[in-house]
Amino acid sequence: MKFVEEFRDGALAQKLAAELKAEATGSYHFMEFCGGHTHALCRYGLMELLPPTVKMVHGPGCPVCVLPIGRLDQAIELAKKPGVILCTFGDMMRVPGRDRVSLMRARSQGANVKMVFGSGEALKVARENPDKQVVFFAIGFETTTPTTAVAVQQAAKEKLGNMSFFVNHVLTPSAIDAILGSKEAQEGTIRVDGFIGPGHVSTIIGSAPYERFARDARKPIVVSGFEPIDLLQSILMLVRQMNDGRAEVENQFTRAVVREGNQKAQALVNETFELRKSFEWRGLGTLPDSALKLRPYLAAYDAEVKFELPYTPVADHPACSCGEILRGLKKPTDCRIFGTACTPESPMGSCMVSPEGSCAAYYLYGRHRAPKEQAPQPRRSAS
Amino acid sequence: MCLALPARVRELHDGQTATVELGGVRQKVSVALLEHVNVDDYVVVHVGYALTKLDPEEAQRTLAELSKLQEVPS
Repeated sequence: MKFVEEFRDGALAQKLAAELKAEATGSYHFMEFCGGHTHALCRYGLMELLPPTVKMVHGPGCPVCVLPIGRLDQAIELAKKPGVILCTFGDMMRVPGRDRVSLMRARSQGANVKMVFGSGEALKVARENPDKQVVFFAIGFETTTPTTAVAVQQAAKEKLGNMSFFVNHVLTPSAIDAILGSKEAQEGTIRVDGFIGPGHVSTIIGSAPYERFARDARKPIVVSGFEPIDLLQSILMLVRQMNDGRAEVENQFTRAVVREGNQKAQALVNETFELRKSFEWRGLGTLPDSALKLRPYLAAYDAEVKFELPYTPVADHPACSCGEILRGLKKPTDCRIFGTACTPESPMGSCMVSPEGSCAAYYLYGRHRAPKEQAPQPRRSAS
Repeated sequence: MCLALPARVRELHDGQTATVELGGVRQKVSVALLEHVNVDDYVVVHVGYALTKLDPEEAQRTLAELSKLQEVPS
């Protein structure tokens, strides 16, 4: 497959690993913001290729993971209302809500939950069920937000009176602010020297929104693609920035990302959504200006206006470490229920459910591996 | 959720949708978020929407840059 295979070349990966080993003479702690990057790091065993002086801290960029239980419970309440069909991404189905009731459990108890591939399919459900109220459970970072915007505008154009959107879209820069401004970062409990910037988010917002982190917080940021070569090259670019004493935004994913991003998508998002004053995130707490809601002229399509949806914050299960894992304080394997009471089949927390969650990545790709310190050195390619 | 894959545009429909192919699998996606798109362009597809076009020259440049790395001594 073009744009995929050439970025999975094993020999090239070994060369990059050797280069990293030669150049990473200091100590480096980098956060990969995006859960897609966490999965690629685990899936391709990239962390074992890195020199021991380069540590990866896993970030909160997993939309399913950061959605707090309170918002999920609202979706479950919606699905239980008579005459409502709740359309959701499959990723959300098994996340446990209050009393460990998930959308899937609610469905087995009679709630009308329909798994869809995207917002376009939800519109189809609304057209086919004019006697039902169809609600799309819209979640995601900036990657997904414009796809919801297209569907909202289409619903308004068609005057689909039975269609509405339960909007939970969140903003990447706000989460980076929360990480950098956290008590733990100030106290030095967590250390993040630089960031791997999220590639797909950046296809939409561009790389410009990260410039203030480089300038003001003096953190190097490299926007990266998702293949193993992309990630190794991005880590090397971060190491070089630190070695040179630079803090800049660099773009490794030039084949898909430009500084200005996708301006058509940005205009559509801006036409459709406005900032929420505050929004609760799992792990990161309640953050100002960190999420979006529909603009007032689209109120007829806003599920939060159309239905009564009281919000009750719910604490995570006391045994679950998702909060600390999302803040980069713990690794999945530091959680005492990882792989025992909490597995992808029977998850306690969101990070074990989502295909972008760190716990799911560790469980799927690394739980039987020896700890890194004992791991054998990667074999050199024969050349 | 943010998982997305590069796919090749095979057919354009009404200006809003296209059929794309990824590893032999064809899928109809929305191209409403793109300014303009042609058959044989590669696009990044996410939840049924093309988010951006892929630039083959930039991909080549990235790979060319990497090819300058030293051979790993055996």
